[in-house]
Amino acid sequence: MKYIDEYRDGRVAKDIARQITAAADPARSYHFMEFCGGHTHAISRYGLEDLLPANVRMIHGPGCPVCVLPIGRIDAAIALAMRPEITLCTYGDLMRVPGSNGSSLLKAKAAGADIRMVYSTLDALKIAEAEPEREVVFFAIGFETTTPPTALALRFAIQKDLKNFSIFCNHVLTPAAIQNILESPDVRKLGTVKIDGFIGPAHVSTVIGTEPYEFFAEEFQKPVVVAGFEPLDVIQAILMLVHQVNDGRHEVENQYIRAVTTFGNEKAQAEVANFFELRESFEWRGLGEVPYGALRLRPEFADYDAEKRFAMVTPASKDNPACDCGAILRGVKKPADCKLFGTVCTPDNPMGSCMVSSEGACAAHWTYGRFREYARTGEQARTVEAGKAVA
Amino acid sequence: MNVMTKPYKRKLDVRNGLVDLSHGAGGRAMGLLIESIFHKAFDNEWLRAGNDQSAFGVEAGRMVMTTDGYVVSPLFFPGGNIGTLAVHGTINDIAMAGARPLYLSASFIIEEGFPLADLDRIAQSMGEASREAGVPIITGDTKVVERGKADGVFISTAGVGVMPTGLDLRSDAARPGDAVIVSGSIGDHGVAVMSKRENLEFDTDILSDSAALHELVAAMVAAGGNHIRLMRDPTRGGIAATLNEIASQSGVGFRIDEEAIPLKPEVAAACEFLGLDPLNVANEGKLVAIVAPEGVDAILATMRAHPLGGDAALIGHAVEDANGFVQMTTSFGGGRIVDWLSGEQLPRIC
Amino acid sequence: MCLAIPVQVKEVLPDNMAKVTLDGVSKIISTALVDDVRPGDYLVLHVGYALAKIDPEEAERTLELLRQAALGDAA
Repeated sequence: MKYIDEYRDGRVAKDIARQITAAADPARSYHFMEFCGGHTHAISRYGLEDLLPANVRMIHGPGCPVCVLPIGRIDAAIALAMRPEITLCTYGDLMRVPGSNGSSLLKAKAAGADIRMVYSTLDALKIAEAEPEREVVFFAIGFETTTPPTALALRFAIQKDLKNFSIFCNHVLTPAAIQNILESPDVRKLGTVKIDGFIGPAHVSTVIGTEPYEFFAEEFQKPVVVAGFEPLDVIQAILMLVHQVNDGRHEVENQYIRAVTTFGNEKAQAEVANFFELRESFEWRGLGEVPYGALRLRPEFADYDAEKRFAMVTPASKDNPACDCGAILRGVKKPADCKLFGTVCTPDNPMGSCMVSSEGACAAHWTYGRFREYARTGEQARTVEAGKAVA
Repeated sequence: MNVMTKPYKRKLDVRNGLVDLSHGAGGRAMGLLIESIFHKAFDNEWLRAGNDQSAFGVEAGRMVMTTDGYVVSPLFFPGGNIGTLAVHGTINDIAMAGARPLYLSASFIIEEGFPLADLDRIAQSMGEASREAGVPIITGDTKVVERGKADGVFISTAGVGVMPTGLDLRSDAARPGDAVIVSGSIGDHGVAVMSKRENLEFDTDILSDSAALHELVAAMVAAGGNHIRLMRDPTRGGIAATLNEIASQSGVGFRIDEEAIPLKPEVAAACEFLGLDPLNVANEGKLVAIVAPEGVDAILATMRAHPLGGDAALIGHAVEDANGFVQMTTSFGGGRIVDWLSGEQLPRIC
Repeated sequence: MCLAIPVQVKEVLPDNMAKVTLDGVSKIISTALVDDVRPGDYLVLHVGYALAKIDPEEAERTLELLRQAALGDAA
């Protein structure tokens, strides 16, 4: 596959890894946070950390829009979908996310709700056109990559004069999340979490460009390297970050030059600005209330705003008190540090946001990487038993 | 005066007719349906006898029996349909034990309103698949349920076969050092079916790999049956599920090499589109064999010489592992676990 | 997050749509967010929409840098 296979070449990877080992100062350690869940997934799925020297480690950030969606929003969507006139369209990622009391969209579908999995907002629009008697609601999630497709869906809905199409908006913003992490006491004051630099998201950056990261590099004195999605992109970005740290630089560099520019996709940004505005505050699961970190539809599009159209109520939600997701999302703890990891909390039975989607730190570690823990500590039966218990 | 003439026997309108409740009621309408569609498609001496059951001689030795239910959606997909899947799948269940399949039964639960033309198409292709495999469908049943109570048609099967003497394949037989062989490319069936699912449509030439594997198995058994520990067909859940099952049942782990796993570029591309992992995608014409090291060369060569095993590959080995992990060296050089999924793999955007 | 894949434009369709392909698998998608799309172009595809064009020169430059890094290390 062109533009994919070349960037997965294991032989080149070994050589870059050697360069990283050579460049990394043995007297110190390097901790880089990959913000984007897609990078978390790629790192785990290719076993990239096995190629890095022991003093270069990755911290998994909160860039997983499924993971940071509060339980209350799932509950609200399920309640909406249970109404007989509603057809709820959703991306596959959300189908199994647990709401309160063990519910989920998949289970609600089994109970009779008209919930349809779609690949694109284009499919949801097709359904709305084909079934004018149904109230079609699109469950919109995602960072800046996924927001323009929702904006265009609204544009097309208006062009086609659809009276039965609306959006349940849960779009969130990357810079706000990065800010939240960098300003958290663990990072800023206590120094509990040392983050020496960031791997910037790949496809969010195709939309917003590299320019928004300049502020962070400047203000927090941390280098940012925007990296593509393939493992060679990621490992090259890590090498670039090591060099920046060694040189004492804190610049924004772009490794994903084949798809990302300084100012991004201005057309997409304009579409988003046309339809959405900032929410003053929005709850992120694991991070709490984040100011100006999320979007809602502008008031003039109230007819297309499912929350207004259907008077949706978002119930308050509480995560399991033993769940360490908040600490894990901010990089303070690792998945294996959490008491629930692998015992009660597995992808079959996720307790918190990090286990919910395949790119959450805990889910990625469980699915691809937990063998490392067991090799080290020799804890044997725990995972097999837990796996059997929930099967 | 009217002469008693033979009553006019209405033919079934296969082209435009629909299945209705009378077709399941046990009366003349049902008899007509069974004869016009199923007997015509499966035609053999047992069905011609017209009994509710069929008798056959039993060979000396151990018998094998299996049963399966088929509920695939969509019913028709590139490379097959629910009927061919039913024939191949049932034969394969028997073949995985190393046994020779002898006879099949097929039971149909049909939804009221189902087009007779579709039922005929399914039956015809089942007949063809059965004749090609040399395994006749010798008995069956038909029921019709109200509209909405079945997804078009459900097919339930049973199969019987006979074990060759001396062969004893067991699910707990894998030992550290044993080789893991897969008979060909993975993920073809799951991708072919998904390409036709509503709201996920994409265009592709990928065909389901649905096929009867009993002749491939017979060749493998002849080449080195005493070296085969066990075989399994990686259907739902893909080879990830199969390897994890075997690991769990045999109390071993596996170490496999991603580069060695046969994968068609189109299947890889479709998985990229949807964010799926081919290791978790269903196969319907492939098998995984766990083979003692001394038998590998002969068995692999035999497989590659067979039309259904041309891409057979050695992909890894069983190891001592109290945790039962299936670990894979990725094409990139690092390591990861191949886990088995809790539910169906769903496409993702993240 | 944001699984996106590089696909090649096979055919430009009306209303800012296009038929794109990745290794023989093709789909019809929206190109409303990208200007001046032509057959043969490579696009970054995410949930049915093209978000950016892939610049073949920059792509080659990245590969060169990667290979050079490998060579340089071997020296």
